[in-house]
Amino acid sequence: MDVKLINPFINATINVLETMAFIAVAAGKPYLKKDNVAVGDVSGVLGLTGIANGTISVTFEEKCILTIVSNMFGETMSELNNEIADAVGELTNMISGQARRELEEMGKVFKAAIPSVVTGRNHSIIHYTEGPKIAIPFNTTNGDFTIEVCFER
Amino acid sequence: MDTSIKILIVDDFATMRRILKNILKQLGFKNLVEADDGTSAWEILEGQRIDLIISDWNMPKMTGLELLKKVRASDSYKRTPFLMVTAEAQKQNVIEAVQAGVSNYVVKPFTAEAISDKLEKILK
Repeated sequence: MDVKLINPFINATINVLETMAFIAVAAGKPYLKKDNVAVGDVSGVLGLTGIANGTISVTFEEKCILTIVSNMFGETMSELNNEIADAVGELTNMISGQARRELEEMGKVFKAAIPSVVTGRNHSIIHYTEGPKIAIPFNTTNGDFTIEVCFER
Repeated sequence: MDTSIKILIVDDFATMRRILKNILKQLGFKNLVEADDGTSAWEILEGQRIDLIISDWNMPKMTGLELLKKVRASDSYKRTPFLMVTAEAQKQNVIEAVQAGVSNYVVKPFTAEAISDKLEKILK
């Protein structure tokens, strides 16, 4: 997989969360993920087609996403529910859009599908294409989240 | 800005409709109507007078671009301000929206100030 495809997703994630949820996030070191088990409680998954086909996912720990959505809505959210799932879908959508804009500037044009959301402890993330799954952990003061980027070989 | 106007917010994500409603209420707008895709939005437009449409692009059933084209082809709404608020910001998207007659364009993620600035321009 072309590693140049990864940075736009990191940049987009930081920008989306800072702009929409007023949260500072720090990206950790990317690693190769070997299994399909999500590193968190709720995931947004979105397919991409273009110069390569792939999938991105964004998985949040419960405490982290509750803080993010509370900030987005300006009111306290205290449990994982349909409103949180909807917000995870929209965050995934925005990260995809922002990343695709940066990728377009590099001459790489992608189209995105409508995201789906999966919840539950130890849920699986099924990437639609065969290829290495690059995971990037992020830290916030209220919990962690991870994005995964997987493009066909 | 005339804050008594009726605004239709169209987005398949309830999250985004809620965020936009919060911003619009803070700006003084109280007359807000929601739809979760272009088809539902068109039904609302046929049933009541709407003064401003704020729409997402990427939605099931009828996209925001399809809604925009339908609105511009309609005698009742061809001059109604239409603000696209979307994550779709690749060059081709913007060109298509401008050609279809969009009044202005906000890219997600956005700040409340960005929405306010665009509305000032559209409604002045």
